Amino acid sequence: MTTEGGIRAPYREYCQWFDGEDAARIAQKAKQAEAFFRTIGITFNVYGAEGGDERLIPFDVVPRIIAAGEWRRLSRGIEQRVRALNAFLHDIYHRQEILRAGRVPTELIARNDAFLPMMMGMDPPGGVYTHISGIDIVRTGADEFYVLEDNARTPSGVSYMLENRETMLQMFPELFAKVAVREVGDYPINLLKSLSACAPPMCGGTPTVAVLTPGIHNSAYFEHSFLADQMGAALVEGHDLRVVEGRIAMRTTRGYRPIDVLYRRVDDDFLDPLNFRPDSLLGVPGIWDVYRAGGITIANAPGTGIADDKALYSYMPDIIEFYTGEKALLPNVPTWRCSEPEHLREVLDRLPELVVKEVHGSGGYGMLVGPAASKKEIAAFRAKLEANPRNYIAQPTLSLSTVPIFTNKGLAPRHVDLRPFVLMSPQGITITPGGLTRVAMSKGSLVVNSSQGGGTKDTWVLED
Amino acid sequence: MAIMLGKTAGSLFWMARYLERSENNARLIDAGFRIALTRSATAPAEWKSVLETAGVVHAYEAANAEFTSSRVIDFLLRDPANPSSILSTVKQARDNARTARTHLTREMWEAVNTGWMTLVALLKRPVREDDLPDVLATIRRQNGQVRGALTGTMLRNDGFDFAELGTFLERADNTARILDVKYYLLLPSVAHIGSSIDNVQWETILRSVSALRAYRWLYGAEISALKIAEFLILYAQMPRSLAFCCEHMAGHLGRIQHLYGEETEAGRMATALCRDRLAGPIQSIFDGGLHEYLRGFLAANAALARQIELDYRFVE
Repeated sequence: MTTEGGIRAPYREYCQWFDGEDAARIAQKAKQAEAFFRTIGITFNVYGAEGGDERLIPFDVVPRIIAAGEWRRLSRGIEQRVRALNAFLHDIYHRQEILRAGRVPTELIARNDAFLPMMMGMDPPGGVYTHISGIDIVRTGADEFYVLEDNARTPSGVSYMLENRETMLQMFPELFAKVAVREVGDYPINLLKSLSACAPPMCGGTPTVAVLTPGIHNSAYFEHSFLADQMGAALVEGHDLRVVEGRIAMRTTRGYRPIDVLYRRVDDDFLDPLNFRPDSLLGVPGIWDVYRAGGITIANAPGTGIADDKALYSYMPDIIEFYTGEKALLPNVPTWRCSEPEHLREVLDRLPELVVKEVHGSGGYGMLVGPAASKKEIAAFRAKLEANPRNYIAQPTLSLSTVPIFTNKGLAPRHVDLRPFVLMSPQGITITPGGLTRVAMSKGSLVVNSSQGGGTKDTWVLED
Repeated sequence: MAIMLGKTAGSLFWMARYLERSENNARLIDAGFRIALTRSATAPAEWKSVLETAGVVHAYEAANAEFTSSRVIDFLLRDPANPSSILSTVKQARDNARTARTHLTREMWEAVNTGWMTLVALLKRPVREDDLPDVLATIRRQNGQVRGALTGTMLRNDGFDFAELGTFLERADNTARILDVKYYLLLPSVAHIGSSIDNVQWETILRSVSALRAYRWLYGAEISALKIAEFLILYAQMPRSLAFCCEHMAGHLGRIQHLYGEETEAGRMATALCRDRLAGPIQSIFDGGLHEYLRGFLAANAALARQIELDYRFVE
């Protein structure tokens, strides 16, 4: 904990405890944690890996600690952002005021694959589009936070947030008696409440919630089953569902029973083979018509994925101002849109120092980290960029803050980001204190994505 | 009452069936291995009957000319060409457990998952004959842990009943197959009362169902085909007998029907199975032909499985 600048205030109590501990004991605990994760099966499948290997995401035993005041500031900014996103989605699928006002270019919407024309004029139950979102945040200085990405399509990782805490509680119970840390364990109950509050008009009585998963071979299946389990909701696949008497119903041992709220973990394209992708086996034929008629709530709403678009991201400060009338509390990372010729020219000139991302990409696939790339990689990327500039945005390489991780050589600094999880319903916005901290496990690396070898750690927000 | 998806009920049922199958196959290998060690001359025939009991003799013959111990053992344990190898059976059990994970306790899931991880590590490469007893013991031990977690931690709701149905359906199938593959050994001794059947052979039958000690305890040194058949078919205290399995299937279906407030064809079939086929006495079974009886039982058992699947909507 004595990296450059000494011990940060929120770490003081933890550090006191750590200094009194035997490093060998902590190393042993770290090993136990790995066995624990394997046994409960918190593994993920790596796309493209041989034989669909199940891998563990590395877990670091040193918590990332956020002071109460810092969190208050962050959560205000996150709430503002999510409200703006939801208002933006409503506007885009209704009157499109923001396009008329010229604050966001029309072609960004019209040419966007994630834009669903079928959603035009649709009113999702409760007016909610972004039931669950994850806002990726990085820190670059004592008081400097930036939003790196908005994830409103189907943000994942919340099960890691919960299991990381569970693991820490099992391994270091005494630590939680010393340091007052805010709870995260009520997320599943809040999720259930939040989803239930968005029940569709046809729901009679207590809403029935179900989680829709692509199945056991999906990389996030653990999370799907975990959330269904924790909410006491059914975990369904497309072939468990069909339209019965104008409702979406699941095949139970006693016949078909209607579902009111479907927390879907499949993409829009796969939702309804009748109306979207005819080759998809993941969805439910006819769900779209039931949705339009108010027979079911789909969370997140179809067409929400447009908010994840990285080109659109660069307009977020304007979007926030347009709908809330306030300046954005959390700044964006400065972003070059390669679709604009003068931006593109600058990006091409400065490629070795920038991070370039695909507009629709996710999971750290298909991106260039200039400072870490070889000359050859940069040249190859330059060709891709010149061939299809519209497909990319670029950002400066931020001097991300580091937090300590436990290595076999003791504590060492590593770069991290933070994904807080945000729930939205007509009753309000709930943000779980903290979120998922992802950490680049190798020295100097800036890539925290689990598909690229990133790890996670428990995130503590201190009580006031 | 909490809702259970038809698919989930099916996954619990099949999870239990596959686990039971893996344990039965481990026991068959154990019995076959013993006879192969002590009587090398009859080993190929013995291995063939093991493969018949496991229902994979055709798959084996498609790729192998001879019935050698090492080949058969590897085939039964881990050959990708064998869809019922222990490795693939446990993999399927785990996949079903994963699908039904929301209906399993943490202990139950961990037992299944740990069993699978242990097995994958054990069966990375062919098992040396020296190590075989240890490997088989480990497989049985892992299954014991799963059963312990099942009975010790699972709510006694419909999910538990569907899992148990799978266990007993598979077990009844296995016991009936063992008897059917060996029935010809039992026949001469019935025809010639007083003549003894081959000691090693009948020991093998009992060993395949982990019942050698229990048999001796009940019947002493009396070696009789009639008694062995009675023990494995009608003796309801013997946990691998057909009577025990069917009684439990009828019991679990009874609980499900009661819970759902709805009688089903599967429930009626299970009751009929107990009443019509397991009333005894054993002599009447032999009079009608043991082989015919066992064939009839296996068909009725399979029909019951299909009816359960249908009545409780495992698939559309």
